[in-house]
Amino acid sequence: MDMINLTIDNKPVVVVKGTTILEAAKSIGITVPTLCHMKLDDLGIENKPGGCRICVVEVKGRRNLAPACCTEATDGMEVSTHSIRAINARRTVLELILSDHPSDCLVCAKSGNCELQDLAHRLGIREIHYKGEQSSYRADTSPAIIRELNKCILCRRCEMMCNEVQTVGVLSAINRGFSSVVSPAFEMNLDHSVCTYCGQCVAVCPTGALTEVDHTGAVVRALADPTKTVIVQTAPAVRAALGEEFDMEPGTLVTGKLVAALRRLGFDYVFDTDFSADLTIMEEGTELLNRLKRHLEGDPDVKLPILTSCCPAWVKFFEHQFPDMKDIPSTARSPQQMFGSIAKSYFAGILGIKREDLVVVSIMPCVAKKYECGRDEFAVNNNPDVDFALTTRELAALIKVSNIKFRLLDNEEYDAPLGESTGAGVIFGTTGGVIEAAVRSAYELYTGKELPKIEFEELRGMEGLRKATIDFNGLPINIGIAHGLRNARKLLEDMRAGNSWYHAIEIMSCPGGCIGGGGQPYHHGNVEILKKRQMALYREDSNKAIRKSHENPYIKKLYEEYLGHPMSEKAHHLLHTVYFDRTR
Amino acid sequence: MSRIKLSDSAVETIKEVCMSFGNQEGELINVLHQVQDKLGYLPAEVQELVAQELNMSVAKVYGVVTFYSYFTMIPKGEFPISICMGTACYVRGAEQVLSEFKRQLKVEVGQTTPDGKFSLSCLRCVGTCGLSPVIMVGEKVYGRVSPQQVKQIIAEYQEGCPSHEAKSA
Amino acid sequence: MSEYNFQILVCGGTGCKASESEEIRSSFVNLLNEYGLEEEVQVVLTDCFGFCEKGPIVKMMPDKTVYVRVKPSDADEIIKEHIVKGNQVERLLYRDPVTGTVVRDRQHMEFYKKQIRIALRNCGFINPEEIDEYIAHDGYMALGTCLTEMKPMEVIEQIKKSGLRGRGGGGFPTGLKWEITAKVPGDQKYVVCNVDEGDPGAFMDRSILEGDPHTVIEAMIINGYCTGASKGLVYIRAEYPLAISRLKIALAQARAYGLLGDDILGSGFNFDIEIRYGAGAFVCGEETALIHSMEGCRGEPTFKPPFPSVSGYLGKPTNVNNVETYANIPVIINKGADWFASIGTEKSKGTKVFALAGKINNVGLIEVPLGTTLREVIYDIGGGIRGGKKFKAVQTGGPSGGMLTAEFLDTPIDYDNLLAAGSMMGSGGMIVMDEDDCMVAIAKFYLGFTVEESCGKCAPCRIGNKRLHEILERITDGKGEIQDLDRLFMLSNVIKDASLCGLGQTSPNPVLSSLKYFRQEYEAHVKASHCPAGQCKALVRYEVIEDKCTGCTLCFRNCPVGAITGEKREVHFIDQSLCIKCGVCFEKCKFGAILVS
Repeated sequence: MDMINLTIDNKPVVVVKGTTILEAAKSIGITVPTLCHMKLDDLGIENKPGGCRICVVEVKGRRNLAPACCTEATDGMEVSTHSIRAINARRTVLELILSDHPSDCLVCAKSGNCELQDLAHRLGIREIHYKGEQSSYRADTSPAIIRELNKCILCRRCEMMCNEVQTVGVLSAINRGFSSVVSPAFEMNLDHSVCTYCGQCVAVCPTGALTEVDHTGAVVRALADPTKTVIVQTAPAVRAALGEEFDMEPGTLVTGKLVAALRRLGFDYVFDTDFSADLTIMEEGTELLNRLKRHLEGDPDVKLPILTSCCPAWVKFFEHQFPDMKDIPSTARSPQQMFGSIAKSYFAGILGIKREDLVVVSIMPCVAKKYECGRDEFAVNNNPDVDFALTTRELAALIKVSNIKFRLLDNEEYDAPLGESTGAGVIFGTTGGVIEAAVRSAYELYTGKELPKIEFEELRGMEGLRKATIDFNGLPINIGIAHGLRNARKLLEDMRAGNSWYHAIEIMSCPGGCIGGGGQPYHHGNVEILKKRQMALYREDSNKAIRKSHENPYIKKLYEEYLGHPMSEKAHHLLHTVYFDRTR
Repeated sequence: MSRIKLSDSAVETIKEVCMSFGNQEGELINVLHQVQDKLGYLPAEVQELVAQELNMSVAKVYGVVTFYSYFTMIPKGEFPISICMGTACYVRGAEQVLSEFKRQLKVEVGQTTPDGKFSLSCLRCVGTCGLSPVIMVGEKVYGRVSPQQVKQIIAEYQEGCPSHEAKSA
Repeated sequence: MSEYNFQILVCGGTGCKASESEEIRSSFVNLLNEYGLEEEVQVVLTDCFGFCEKGPIVKMMPDKTVYVRVKPSDADEIIKEHIVKGNQVERLLYRDPVTGTVVRDRQHMEFYKKQIRIALRNCGFINPEEIDEYIAHDGYMALGTCLTEMKPMEVIEQIKKSGLRGRGGGGFPTGLKWEITAKVPGDQKYVVCNVDEGDPGAFMDRSILEGDPHTVIEAMIINGYCTGASKGLVYIRAEYPLAISRLKIALAQARAYGLLGDDILGSGFNFDIEIRYGAGAFVCGEETALIHSMEGCRGEPTFKPPFPSVSGYLGKPTNVNNVETYANIPVIINKGADWFASIGTEKSKGTKVFALAGKINNVGLIEVPLGTTLREVIYDIGGGIRGGKKFKAVQTGGPSGGMLTAEFLDTPIDYDNLLAAGSMMGSGGMIVMDEDDCMVAIAKFYLGFTVEESCGKCAPCRIGNKRLHEILERITDGKGEIQDLDRLFMLSNVIKDASLCGLGQTSPNPVLSSLKYFRQEYEAHVKASHCPAGQCKALVRYEVIEDKCTGCTLCFRNCPVGAITGEKREVHFIDQSLCIKCGVCFEKCKFGAILVS
């Protein structure tokens, strides 16, 4: 390997050829401020248009300043990251960016989490010397995402996520010069586009230009309404990330505190989406086994592989882009929606109240869930199964507003009956988790034998596309895993071309799965955070007494008392759905 | 944005153009050039069809259309008027000529008169600096134009038959 | 040529075409047919002679008489007098603007005297639509030499030895560029000719392509041979229809002659050329932006390295040169690197084509040896300043360049001198300004252009240039303050230092150079709300001097907005609320009765 010797701020450093100045500096503890740059190493995601020019540094012998994020270190290079010239340029460029940015930080949704605000603070900007015309664009509110383009600084991260990582292709830079901005075609609203609401644009936006639709006010109003019973479900990935909002180490599991906080907020029952994740496995797993059985019997009409369907952005993606294949994914609803429909039927029955008097709130790592719960098919007489979906971030905001000292809360347990879950339900929150949970149950239900080992290491990891073959007692089952819609697209295109090798495929829209969801605390480009969240979920799983969905006693009880058996008519009605051709 | 419906022949034309470039995404700019040549402008519906044929996102097509000043989403006037804003023309008074055109036609640069007759645009050096300031109406070049001549030039076209006498030399 | 006794060369450059050169040509043809002289006299529509100021130009061969400002109606007289009787038509001959004496042919015209034409060697001499004429003028000879007698590296050595530097602006050594592309491994490589000439007021490349398209084709084939590229691409502005059509004709002819395609001249070398169109974006002159544009994307530059020589079009090694650079190549091969290197200065070899324009007597396309002084260009070739006004500044390098004052008139023009003076060579626009030009307004003009053409990708260029323009607007509107001058200076330096591509890195040059050399003019605007050149409209007021006004109504009749009122033989009055400050009244008044304040 070719090694490069250089000095940065007079410190010698040796790096591998191809290393940028930014990375070289980081390796010896020198942080060069950046703004547009973002790199998620293990996910292969990098944004470095070299556009913001905040990371410019002085390189001896060079005519102009060099952007540290794009400039490769070369042998003998002498870099000064904080010379007066570099600092002056950096501050001036930042002033320019601020001169074209609304200064409504006090009331901005991103305040406190804004990379631009942090930078202004860090570089000590106290005055903007170059004032002038500010960009003015129409704001756009969709069911899940708000775009306030006056706050766009053209870092192009969202564009990169939408095109390179997700291949959704809704966003592009448009216009030229001062009027350029990132937008859908013809500046149409997001809800007229093929946007999946995966929220990865929101997850990476450094400013308040892209944020989620805020439903906290509506939830507070419901909580304050004495005529309503308000229950809440918490998605698996939330417990592995919420702590970050309260300055806890990434990867800290806060399940018990989460439950306690929700009780403090006034929810009447605190339940777990992990419960309905187990339910999803029962339905989806059964569907897989049915299709597999018919396939083995030689039925030519059977569709294989089966695709998971718990990710609402993924569902919207194939409805827009692959409507010809809409009968391939499992018909099972997502855990959020299964929870809602069971809550408003079975649980409302237990309580003896009308569904209209029961308000179901979900806490999700996701912004697409806001859209999903508003889909027409998930409502009865215009009453939605899930009333409001809050993101992890919104919940954190609500806890802060309510003066709850989160870190000091004692752990509490979920309520019964919809709060009991297994380790299989927990790992839904990471890439590979849904399929691992499905395999745990499908294996035992198919073979009638107990799994020799519960963990399937071969299904875990951060690779965007993974595959493995699981031996179902002599029957090899080929499993595929994709996270990030670009990877999903590859699998679908193979399938469309008729050369798919798989029996079952798990697809998650967000890189990393739900732990990296668009509604999670901002990772600000630090991939280690995602990995720690993932590890936390596997930890929670291994600490659980029951780790297979079909062994969840409350799930068994639900089938005995209410649904009959998986894929029963009632289950079909409450737990399954249909997909639509949304070609635009 | 008001939607228009593309005629069958327009659809056919667009598809043919795309096909002639092998429906290659990399040929987008060539495709847009030819389609604009044939249809006069590139409304949203045209861009959507081009995106579909080239199997690319319509946002990307729109991003390209809005980047290049040659592409337009507004139909050009029957007589497109272009004012050269090259430096040579500028120092010889092109700006005054331009503002006179704006005043007479009551449109801004990039707009078309309501009757669809004239559209006004600026272009960079036409390369006839010897005749500066220069304007073009369609393909016809007028050299050494003064603000006083503007009214007369417009009048030539308003009557529908451009005379050749008006050309200054 | 031999079969005819006479040739009538009619300039068919875009400038002359706009002045009816096509009609002139057909008058000649019709009349010659009528008189039965079509066997004797050939009429050729050539390209730009360069002397656009006096166009349309007609040149008579073999005696080289030049007629200027010819009209179609003059054809009859030229045939009857010149061809039939052998008498020159005196009234159409060029007159020296200084001495007033008649100049009968090209060699004796000051305009041409100091020029050496290498890149423009064939422009105006051959019919650009006839490959045989190009071949008759040593065309494709260099290609033959390269393919049959030289190895690629030997050719590159020659180019390196000639000292040729890129003529598109940056001045990177051409031979070195070729060498890098040649040495990068790659199964597919490209050579690209950059015809995205976008400087406002520059038309060098267009004229070469219109006048001598084959020289570019020949050079690109040689470039392909040297670098191992089998494909050439010409990226040309769609606004150049004549150049495009001539290039297409030339490409077809070259293919028909086996000069493009497989196994060129039996050498086993395969090469062909495709055309790609620009769509109106100045930034696409930057090579990475140009490549993205050719790939069907927004023309946004990307950070270099990697340079296109290593990773360019479709990620393959790509050599990008501009038209003028290419036009020098065949001559270097034919006449030798030493010959070429003997022209010019120590570090800038050969010649440079300039589009000379602005407040100068002889607007046109010129080619001079590098090292020629600005004074020689402006006064000897350009014939001095129009209307006997005073020279104020010359702007080279277009929006990327700076303004140079009279103190630089004796500076020899080369890459390094211009850079040291705060300007740059650029692609060859040269705009001359006189005492009536406000330097603040000119800087504002260029910044307006940059703001319009910035791609918007990087913050310093996108926002910084906008702010510079706003400050300049403030100043020319009389609303500036003295601190604005410091803001301009500091902001300009950061934009230069921190921008992503060459556009942003040079865009503040007009501001910095005018601030440096014309600071007092800026100060007059902000301190005294006074525009010394009287050009900034907001600071100018036109009034009638009552004592001098005779009531001739001339101003009244010429005012384009009807802002002037007054009866015949009575004092006139200008309504300030209507006045657009066009200055027509001032120009038209014969009695000096309009006061500009």
